[in-house]
Amino acid sequence: MRTYILKRLLLIVPTLFGAAAVVFVIMRVIPGDVALLILGGDSGQVDQKQLTAVRQQLGLDQPLPVQFGTWLWGVLRFDFGTSLWTGQPVIEELLIRLPLSLELALLATLVSVLISIPFGMIAAVRQDTWVDYLIRVISIGGLAIPSFWVGILCILFLVIYFGWGPPLEYTPPWVDPWANFSQMVWPVVTVGYRYAAVTTRMTRSTVLEVLREDYIRTAWAKGLRERVVVIRHALKNAMLPVITLIGTEFAFLIGGLVVTETVFTLNGVGRFVVDAVAHRDYPVVQALVFLIAFGFVIVNLLVDLTYAWFDPRIRYR
Amino acid sequence: MATTTLTHVRASVPLAPRLTIGQEVVKFIRVKPLGAAGALIILAMMVVGAFSEVLAPYDPYHADYGLQFARPSVDHWFGTDEFGRDLMSRIIYGARIALFVGFTASFAGCTLGALLGVVSAYAGGRVDLFLERLMDILLAFPQLILALAIASILGPAVQNVVIAISIPIIPRAARVVRSTALSVKENVYVEAVQALGASRRRIVLQHIVPNVTAPYIIMLTAQLGGAILAEAALSYLGLGSAEPTPSWGLMLSGSALSYAEKAPWIAVFPGIAISLGVFGFNLFGDSLRDALDPKLRKG
Repeated sequence: MRTYILKRLLLIVPTLFGAAAVVFVIMRVIPGDVALLILGGDSGQVDQKQLTAVRQQLGLDQPLPVQFGTWLWGVLRFDFGTSLWTGQPVIEELLIRLPLSLELALLATLVSVLISIPFGMIAAVRQDTWVDYLIRVISIGGLAIPSFWVGILCILFLVIYFGWGPPLEYTPPWVDPWANFSQMVWPVVTVGYRYAAVTTRMTRSTVLEVLREDYIRTAWAKGLRERVVVIRHALKNAMLPVITLIGTEFAFLIGGLVVTETVFTLNGVGRFVVDAVAHRDYPVVQALVFLIAFGFVIVNLLVDLTYAWFDPRIRYR
Repeated sequence: MATTTLTHVRASVPLAPRLTIGQEVVKFIRVKPLGAAGALIILAMMVVGAFSEVLAPYDPYHADYGLQFARPSVDHWFGTDEFGRDLMSRIIYGARIALFVGFTASFAGCTLGALLGVVSAYAGGRVDLFLERLMDILLAFPQLILALAIASILGPAVQNVVIAISIPIIPRAARVVRSTALSVKENVYVEAVQALGASRRRIVLQHIVPNVTAPYIIMLTAQLGGAILAEAALSYLGLGSAEPTPSWGLMLSGSALSYAEKAPWIAVFPGIAISLGVFGFNLFGDSLRDALDPKLRKG
């Protein structure tokens, strides 16, 4: 197991280096002149002095390899410079917003797992019956309905019936659990529904595959009850791919956070990205896109390790 | 003599009769009712998109300040927005944008990805290693975040949205097609044409490409719904098409919620349109995958 962990850890180094390079290419090479974009180059009237100042501040007057070196050095030290909009270090701004997004992500994952595993299993066991069709329609629907629209509908409902207004500040659960709950419940439902839809479909298809295995036929032949066959034999073996998929579908979750936080005006990491894009705060966009990829790689690493821990065949490959 | 007739008879028996296109369609509807429903939704959306001029009762861009926030009525089925524009006409024209972005983005992304996948699998060695690593790196970015970053740099315009949405599709398509191409490459018939001295180009185009079309088509239909959804999300966030383009996501952004009490229909109907469209594509794509993937077939 230790060699496997070491191997996996070493593998993420080139991936992260590549991710840093891709972010750099997108932000520096494609656009032509970031400084011009920041100053609103589309109007056509730009003060030359201001332009030089912004270029200097961003280090754009340096040759590209030097710029790339500076960016990499910053990434290594977790120093991503300061926001052009607020003048605060990007990392500090991020740390303020992280707890909210983490809470939202964890609760949404929890809700989705609690919904998706039982329903995915039922759909698989009753394949091609009305229960299966109903669950599939609801879960395909969850993939089709944009999460920002689910959020909008929640807000419409709350505004019309309860005269609700969006909360201005995040209240952590350890300060006031009830205020935190009432603030988070709708965003969690919004993100969780979509996430559950993805996981339900995955659970259904993995359970379906496992149900065709020989040892399941043996279990039936032994005369075991359906509940024992399905839960003890099928579900246990179907869970491994589902665990992996919960990790890979983390991307859906992050996308969901970006729009959901915007709909509910929650001051989280997702909205930070959108705001930075709107303010043309390119150092922040660059840092956040990289850090989100970083987080994503780490989550996938953890998922792989869990998987290997459960299934010894993988570590010895 | 008797033995030869016997083998002759045996060889001709198990072939199933070939179905005509009409029979195939009927079979698909019977076996996959959900997929057929999806196809119906897609067809309806295409008709609406193609004949927007005929079907839309009003000009989608025409503002009428005397008609702001009109409730849904016989004249304006879905009501009007804050500029007095007819919502139904805007939604009808929106189908065109959704379909255009959905098809071009997933076609461009899947085709480029498939090409890279085939090249990677056939070339092998260093080329494969390099392309695989590059795809891994692109996969490290969540789809929407990568699209957001690209769209933010390119600026809000329909063609930029297409680029922003298609790039994250490339590595996903490349993965799937590469793995199929790898197994196709190992087939005896590929070895045979190689031995006959066929050129690399001929082997790739005539023997490998036709055999990876099934995963390519599955990927393409699977990405369509996602691309439409991504367009809506980007437009909602203000990075997709710009006002006054009648894009479904854009109709839901900003102002829609500020008039929640006064005119909730502004925030309801475009959402239904997005959901229904994507739902159709997902249903169809799902059934298509079920039908083409023998592992998921019942039996």
